[in-house]
Amino acid sequence: MPLLEAKNVTHYFGGLCAVSDFNLTLEPGELVGVIGPNGAGKTTIFNLITGVYKASQGSIIFNDKELVGKKSNQIIEMGIARTFQNIRLWQDLSVLDNIRIAYFSQTNYGSLEALLHIGRYKAEERRITDQSMDLLKVFNLDGLADENAKNLPYGSQRRLEIARALATNPHLLLLDEPAAGMNPNEINELMDFIRWIRSEFKLTILLIEHQMRLVMGISERLKVLDFGATIAEGLPAEIQNNPKVLEAYLGVGGEE
Amino acid sequence: MKSIKEPSQSGPSKPANETLSRLRIIWEKIASNRKALPITIIVGFVLSILIQQFDLVDQYLQIIIMFVGINIILSVSLNLINGYMGEFSVGHAGFMAVGAYVSATLTMYVIPTWLGPWTFPLVVLAGGAFAGLISLLVAIPSFRTRGDYLAIVTLAFLMIVKSVIENIEVIGGPRGIPGIDKLTTLPWVYFWTVASVLIIRNFVYSKFGRGVLSIREDEIASNLMSVNTKQVKLQAFIISSFFAGVAGALFAHLLQFISPKVFDIIKSTDVLIMVYLGGIGSIAGSILGATIYTVLLEVLRPLGIWRMVLMPLVLVLLMIFRPRGIMGMREFRWFVPYYNLFATKIWRHKKEVEDASSGS
Repeated sequence: MPLLEAKNVTHYFGGLCAVSDFNLTLEPGELVGVIGPNGAGKTTIFNLITGVYKASQGSIIFNDKELVGKKSNQIIEMGIARTFQNIRLWQDLSVLDNIRIAYFSQTNYGSLEALLHIGRYKAEERRITDQSMDLLKVFNLDGLADENAKNLPYGSQRRLEIARALATNPHLLLLDEPAAGMNPNEINELMDFIRWIRSEFKLTILLIEHQMRLVMGISERLKVLDFGATIAEGLPAEIQNNPKVLEAYLGVGGEE
Repeated sequence: MKSIKEPSQSGPSKPANETLSRLRIIWEKIASNRKALPITIIVGFVLSILIQQFDLVDQYLQIIIMFVGINIILSVSLNLINGYMGEFSVGHAGFMAVGAYVSATLTMYVIPTWLGPWTFPLVVLAGGAFAGLISLLVAIPSFRTRGDYLAIVTLAFLMIVKSVIENIEVIGGPRGIPGIDKLTTLPWVYFWTVASVLIIRNFVYSKFGRGVLSIREDEIASNLMSVNTKQVKLQAFIISSFFAGVAGALFAHLLQFISPKVFDIIKSTDVLIMVYLGGIGSIAGSILGATIYTVLLEVLRPLGIWRMVLMPLVLVLLMIFRPRGIMGMREFRWFVPYYNLFATKIWRHKKEVEDASSGS
């Protein structure tokens, strides 16, 4: 049974078709890459899966449940997490709070317990604080826990964003251009890092990326989008020589 | 940053600096003492009862202290929306009006006079509860609207409340309700002030409060990190308006006269000034802001109309030199729950103990 299945997903912004007839099947444990030129609709697909936009047509099934029409926070609770193309940490909050907030749906106490600091409040706060610190330690960020997120160096902010996504306890992780702004050395490290979190947290990963080096290096399957339409899919080696893909990226060859 | 002063360094040699550093050490001891807050609360409560019973300070001063308390309730509760959530609400006087009118109507027309003092806490509670209910008028638009547009919604709300009251003849219409029983006493103001500060403090240091903070920083990210933003916003608006209503009820029974004109945009502006003077996102800041503003206005009373020139000037200077207010985004240690204050230290200590025991 596939973990995620998108069937004929189409989305319009006004009259503009951002994604047309998008199909995707993700088996548990897979690492699939989505590539395409700027404006091809890659991030829109993430936004459709996570409920930021409601798909105009089609359906997205995750673990046998329909996602279209659900609220973002419900979808995240079902086990999908994502990062953002441009880092969207809560800049003025501490690193620890950035993680603890992501535990929102896993913190079990009610409003009254929160208002009076009674009942499960204390034990639960302790539990999620310790869990958050343990998670930060795994990402080697525990020393910076009291620091505001905006004071972290760029690479650590990227790592913190992934840690925050993992705090929501996902089965499926959507990574939106994790290598943006990184040099080749850092990209190599990132590749190892993604492989490592995938096995460590038993994740299925869907990856959007511009950096061919990263995408070709770690993806098991690739999907190529252009102007909202899927123009090719297959193994990385096949994609590299696909004429349609070359056309989308480089333009039509000038033979005639 | 969770503390207002760093632990004091070793003292310099000059005698003037020595007394200063000694003062800092004493301050440090007071600030870091976990029992200080409960002791202050209890002492304050006993003191408020004694002052009221035996008239320890003169009546005028008592009234000012009560206004300080009411203003603390107003500014702490508004800070939840404007500081912690990062919205800009100008409708706080509207919620105050709802609380004031509901409670005044109850004491004047429903409850017999001899029963008044006994039912007063319930009356205040009713005023707050009704204001909390009315806050849905603002909370529900806030699901879809943010920033400037929500500010307009709150402004519209304030106007609606005012004109609704003006057009109900039973509660005096534009003339208001005169001669309300003076039921607000120092102990009651003290009780409600402490209650509002503690409950809002508790809310801020819970998962819901952290959700509110995340909405201020980036609402889309909050939604995508499993925060139920609707629930959190609803809670914040209800709590904030509840205490505005409580403050309104106390205000009505202290001033003994209310009219729609009392609760206009100027009243909201007063509260806004207290919040931004004290500092957004800080409970200690709101307490400080409300106290300074209320006391300063009284102290400057001899200046007559000139105080209305001086106060804005103070504000302009503050915004230039401390744009985030006196305590902007920082908190006095007393108000941070123990576990939160030392979360990382406690965790590190626990790890060390675990490592030591597994190593041996």
